[in-house]
Amino acid sequence: MSVDLQTVKRVARLARIAVSEEDAERMTGELNVILGFVEQLNEVDVSGVEPMTSVIPMEMKKRPDVVTDGSKAADIVANAPATEENFFLVPKVVE
Amino acid sequence: MSDLTHLTISQACAKLRAREITATEITEAYLQAIERANPALNAYVVVTDDKARDMAKASDAKLAKGEGGPLEGIPLGIKDLFGTEGIHTQACSHVLDGFKPHYESTVTANLWADGAVMLGKLNMDEFAMGSSNESSYYGPVVNPWRRSRVDTMVMPTTHQGDGGFVSAGGTRTARTLDNAQLVPGGSSGGSASAVSALLCAGATATDTGGSIRQPAAFTGTVGIKPTYGRCSRWGIVAFASSLDQAGPIARDVRDAAILLKSMASVDPKDTTSVDRPVPDYEAAIGRPIKGMRVGIPREYRVDGMPDEIEALWQKGIAWLKDAGAEIVDISLPHTKYALPAYYIVAPAEASSNLARYDGVRYGLRVPGKDIVDMYEKTRAAGFGREVKRRIMIGTYVLSAGYYDAYYLQAQKVRNLIKRDFENAFAAGVDVILTPATPSAAFGIADEDMAADPVKMYLNDIFTVTVNMAGLPGIAVPAGLDAKGLPLGLQLIGRPFDEETLFQTAHVIEQAAGTFQPEKWW
Repeated sequence: MSVDLQTVKRVARLARIAVSEEDAERMTGELNVILGFVEQLNEVDVSGVEPMTSVIPMEMKKRPDVVTDGSKAADIVANAPATEENFFLVPKVVE
Repeated sequence: MSDLTHLTISQACAKLRAREITATEITEAYLQAIERANPALNAYVVVTDDKARDMAKASDAKLAKGEGGPLEGIPLGIKDLFGTEGIHTQACSHVLDGFKPHYESTVTANLWADGAVMLGKLNMDEFAMGSSNESSYYGPVVNPWRRSRVDTMVMPTTHQGDGGFVSAGGTRTARTLDNAQLVPGGSSGGSASAVSALLCAGATATDTGGSIRQPAAFTGTVGIKPTYGRCSRWGIVAFASSLDQAGPIARDVRDAAILLKSMASVDPKDTTSVDRPVPDYEAAIGRPIKGMRVGIPREYRVDGMPDEIEALWQKGIAWLKDAGAEIVDISLPHTKYALPAYYIVAPAEASSNLARYDGVRYGLRVPGKDIVDMYEKTRAAGFGREVKRRIMIGTYVLSAGYYDAYYLQAQKVRNLIKRDFENAFAAGVDVILTPATPSAAFGIADEDMAADPVKMYLNDIFTVTVNMAGLPGIAVPAGLDAKGLPLGLQLIGRPFDEETLFQTAHVIEQAAGTFQPEKWW
């Protein structure tokens, strides 16, 4: 499978990365080289093989459903580019 | 005082405990070495000198009372991927500009609890994506190793009387260092370069497809990627969560064992951290390997592999045989599919993990006309080319209609790769020996690699299988090539059998010796 310029622009939109016409053209070539390389996986017979879910067989650890952390609002917003009273500020999203 | 930087961790620990040297002295020696070398090597992106001095002082107070942990007073470099409280943590990306976490990663917290001293944050490929350390926002790291040329010179002739002269006779050889700058490998290029150039006693690193072992091989250092789940991933910037593991880069096998013991732990904050006690890895060093079964996988003999790599592999086989190991030919039939499967699984996980960099909660923000425009502009400006490429591949293979064809197929192939190893171990193989990399270090701004991303990816051809199967792997220096550059061998073990790796790697180290670059910086 290979991608065309339109697909690359659509994927960039999904990935939330602004691309110029020139970027998109360059990426189309690069992505097709990589997709061409991974194509060989189709020759592998995977009938009856389960997809891997965990590399080390282990049971998901559980812990009691209790609050163990919190009350750190100031720490959490400390690195944000724009905040007000422990809220993250973003451009207007609701008209 | 600068000779203190020549001490290995185990030597320095002994001298610190015997009070022959102080933590402050050894820390100052490293800070001086960094100041001199870093403009040339670019291994550190931040030097935390005040913090290093404070930590060393605290270590000295403990050592004076006969107290202190197993790494008390040992100065280390920390890869920029590890969250360090109040200190620059940016995964060498522009998108994390100014980020200083309010928490400490479990691995680094373990090291500080054991008494280690932090010298600074080490350069790396952006978000650990790369095999040459050229994708860092902070510029490439330079390998302290350079190619050298052996010249045979005829000795100057001497005049003798009028018109006649007689040759002094004889020739002499001289090794001349080439000026070309080489990459230290990646993504832990800063860690490898700093350890090799004696700019820290040891360093933390991470490995998703070979990012500890390939740079270790390129710099003549020892690097181990432990079993998935051995070191907590908590507080480490995530790249591909099912593959990422932390481990040390060190000057010798013993130092690597000492560091891993301290870094590894059982951590309730990482659900994939495995609930098993951490053994004393150092105790495995020196145990005889007589009767050990060493597997040699025929699929690791790839087309176009330089003769020197094959010769190195044969040398490794001979050393282990001489030490009493039994050499067994094995087959890992799905080896060639590991790299293509990796280039689906790793970008898919990366595209999901890196979705969090949106200009809202931390790091860079580029204003836009609405929130989506802000996201898109921030991510366009914040991520470098390689990172964007991988996010794009990951987004594509996970997008509607392609998930089964790419991601599911790759995860099935991944199970087959793991099964190959399980079959080999079930047949009685204790450890597997392979080359660590298909070549020695290459030049910075190599044109072939820049033109074709897949060429760069092929660097990880021998290491990536180990991440796909979650196994432990160690790279140990085994010799120099004709141009005087270090080459490494890799040992792969059963899950959680890091002890066998240290034990066997030490046998190789005893035979091969350790390697130091000639100082030009």
